[in-house]
Amino acid sequence: MIEVEDVYFTYPNGIEALKGISLTIKNGEFVAIMGQNGAGKTTLVKHFNGLLKPTKGKVSIDGVETTKVSVATLARKVGFVFQNPDHQLFSETVEDEIAFALKNFGFKETVIKKRVSWALNLLGLTKYRKTSPFMLSGGERKRVALASVLAWDPKILILDEPTIGQDYQQKEKLRQFILQLKAQRKTIIIVTHDVEFVAECNPRVILMREGKIVADGEASKILTTPEVLNQAFIVPPQIAQIFFQLSDLGFPRNIIDIYEAREILLKAIRRKTM
Amino acid sequence: MSVFDGLKFRRVYSPIHNLDPRIKFIYVCAIFVIAIMFGELLPLIILFTFQIPFVLLAGVKREWIRSMRGAAFLATIIFLTNFVFAYLGARGIGQSLENAVAMTLRFIVLIESFSIFFLTTSPDHLGLALEQTHVPYEFTFAFTTAVRFVPVLAEEAQTIMDAQKARGLELERGNFLKRIRNYIPILIPLIVSAIRRSLELAEAMESRAWGATKKRTNLYVLKMHKGDFILIAITIGILAVAIYIRLYLPIPSINQLLANIN
Amino acid sequence: MAVIQTRNLTYMYPTATKPAIRDVSIKIEKGEFVLITGPSGCGKTTLCRCFNGLIPHFYQGEINGEITVAGLNILEHPTSELAKHVGLVFQNPENQLFALSVEKDVAFGLENLGYPREKMQKRVDWALNLTGIYELRERAPHELSGGQQQRVAIASVLAMQPEIMVLDEPTSFLDPLTAKKIFEVIYELNNTLGITVVLVEHRLDLTAQYSNHIIIMNQGKVVLDGEPREILSSKETRLIGVGIPKATRLYQILKEDDGVKLGKKIPLSSEEMTKLLREVIKT
Repeated sequence: MIEVEDVYFTYPNGIEALKGISLTIKNGEFVAIMGQNGAGKTTLVKHFNGLLKPTKGKVSIDGVETTKVSVATLARKVGFVFQNPDHQLFSETVEDEIAFALKNFGFKETVIKKRVSWALNLLGLTKYRKTSPFMLSGGERKRVALASVLAWDPKILILDEPTIGQDYQQKEKLRQFILQLKAQRKTIIIVTHDVEFVAECNPRVILMREGKIVADGEASKILTTPEVLNQAFIVPPQIAQIFFQLSDLGFPRNIIDIYEAREILLKAIRRKTM
Repeated sequence: MSVFDGLKFRRVYSPIHNLDPRIKFIYVCAIFVIAIMFGELLPLIILFTFQIPFVLLAGVKREWIRSMRGAAFLATIIFLTNFVFAYLGARGIGQSLENAVAMTLRFIVLIESFSIFFLTTSPDHLGLALEQTHVPYEFTFAFTTAVRFVPVLAEEAQTIMDAQKARGLELERGNFLKRIRNYIPILIPLIVSAIRRSLELAEAMESRAWGATKKRTNLYVLKMHKGDFILIAITIGILAVAIYIRLYLPIPSINQLLANIN
Repeated sequence: MAVIQTRNLTYMYPTATKPAIRDVSIKIEKGEFVLITGPSGCGKTTLCRCFNGLIPHFYQGEINGEITVAGLNILEHPTSELAKHVGLVFQNPENQLFALSVEKDVAFGLENLGYPREKMQKRVDWALNLTGIYELRERAPHELSGGQQQRVAIASVLAMQPEIMVLDEPTSFLDPLTAKKIFEVIYELNNTLGITVVLVEHRLDLTAQYSNHIIIMNQGKVVLDGEPREILSSKETRLIGVGIPKATRLYQILKEDDGVKLGKKIPLSSEEMTKLLREVIKT
């Protein structure tokens, strides 16, 4: 469980990135933190594994305050996959890359072997075991980065902008994968501004603007409230847009799912034509 | 977003910032020469005070004080060695002290003038000055690009460090050798990314007609303004006065002055 | 008149074992707004690099087939000359700006071409105004936000007044609202100045509505090429796994799977879809 109590954070250069954030993320929750670039999303999640410590207020993971333990200790529980895989890949082979964290955490050699194979298999990378990560395509490198974190099986997983530069199929695979992890009761936190992706995943949405939380709730509610979205400079998903525009005809306004949209529209059209 | 922020030049406008960097550089050199000419305390005090109006006019007091503080350690060492050697050389305490203070002040004057130059000259201004003193464009381009990308790379190094720490890397763990090895997971991504960046940069330059003609033109041209002529006059003036004093006037030491008052 | 034309264009990078693009034959007319899309690694970026001669002059490698851009055979003209006709804007704004002021960055191309100073200043101001960043002209590019940086990058190629602008995923690092504004700027340049735009994008929900020609690539080949509404609603497109705008997809489902009689004009934006829905619901 992640508890954030009235957290303020100011960077050494004086920029106030977080201004009074309070929230609780329970075990097994799937959360999307959204907002414009510079809204403080990444700053906030960097508090969850102790990379940043609050200037004021406190953050606790499973009841332990982040200021009391090292990043390495927290990282065992909280896996963090950075936006750009090139910021972490350095090993000669994909296999070594995945083993890196496991070695840091002091796993036994036999366990490391098992975990590496497991993670390779999970992300469909087994055939690249002995390949240099630098020879892989962008999408594959992203998967190696993800595998290198999943290998130690953290309870909480943070993905920073996982959809940037990804094509539709890659996003679809990622979505399936997240849902699979969710089924295993992992806590998943994604930082993103990809509205269409969030609309398809339907997680809890936390909307940020200028270091503050402006809304917190179900995706179908937050992504269909134009007043709130405007504040956070977010364009609503297309399905939601269609339903705003039709709201004068008495349609509900909280629709983001294409199949739900289809059902409602079909009903309305059939009623007219019958 | 980090300690590397100090590397970024802050764009400020002041009469000193607007001066032609070439003239400023000549001025700094003149101060340098004068400081070397005099070993006595009195002229060095005058030289030191003389430059304070420049700092105030440029509005860089805080940055200037910070850079002076940075020089404090070296200044202390210079003071101590000079004092000890003069004293051991069987001079009186008063004279040794004065001599040591003078040597320290000479160092401080040098740092002072150079820091004024760098605090008030933007890198692009400097690049422009290089270009117009017929330094090949490739060279000045490399210079401005380096200035431009140092903060970017510094920020990137920070991100890479965070990414590896998030995978359990502890930089401060182990003995000396192990600690050095701890930096490999940071250095490799940094180098790879710098290479990738430079490729993209080269691509962007090519796409914007790099090397289309030998006669490259420039959007900005350095022109001498009133302030620059004033600075030239000041420079020649103090240089002339300094040479005159050096050659024809005896310079009393502070000890002598104090003795005379009594 | 075709401003870009390729015939059986095939290219292989120096260290590669198979071509990055194969037998590409396309024709882009003057004033078109062309969208190129397809899965990652399909050869979109490679094709863009051919348009101003980065391929083969900068990248070397093996090129076969024909390609003419703005009436010039790219094999015979260096990139520095092609740059006057084709402006290329890249994905990462950070790595295509190198000067210490916005103005100077925008002037970079003109300086390289040896423009006289007064003329250059006029051009720079013109480009800055069109992209809406005139008031940022003295700022340092690296201090700007991503969106502002990308505008600077657009202005810096615009200043050379190219007939063609090629933009390779120019907004992938930007948030949707900022991206939307960038696409509006690009559309304006196409609409008012008649500049031919070639835009490589995954985000079709934000861009499809502006295009009048779409090219879909897969595994180095052009698989679909033509009118956007037709192509985006085709079955092939969906099978390749291109992110069709949700409005278009909804139309498809309602019309094809459920047999609803919706209007003929296939929608590319939510507004167009709403209009069609109103027609059936109101009558």
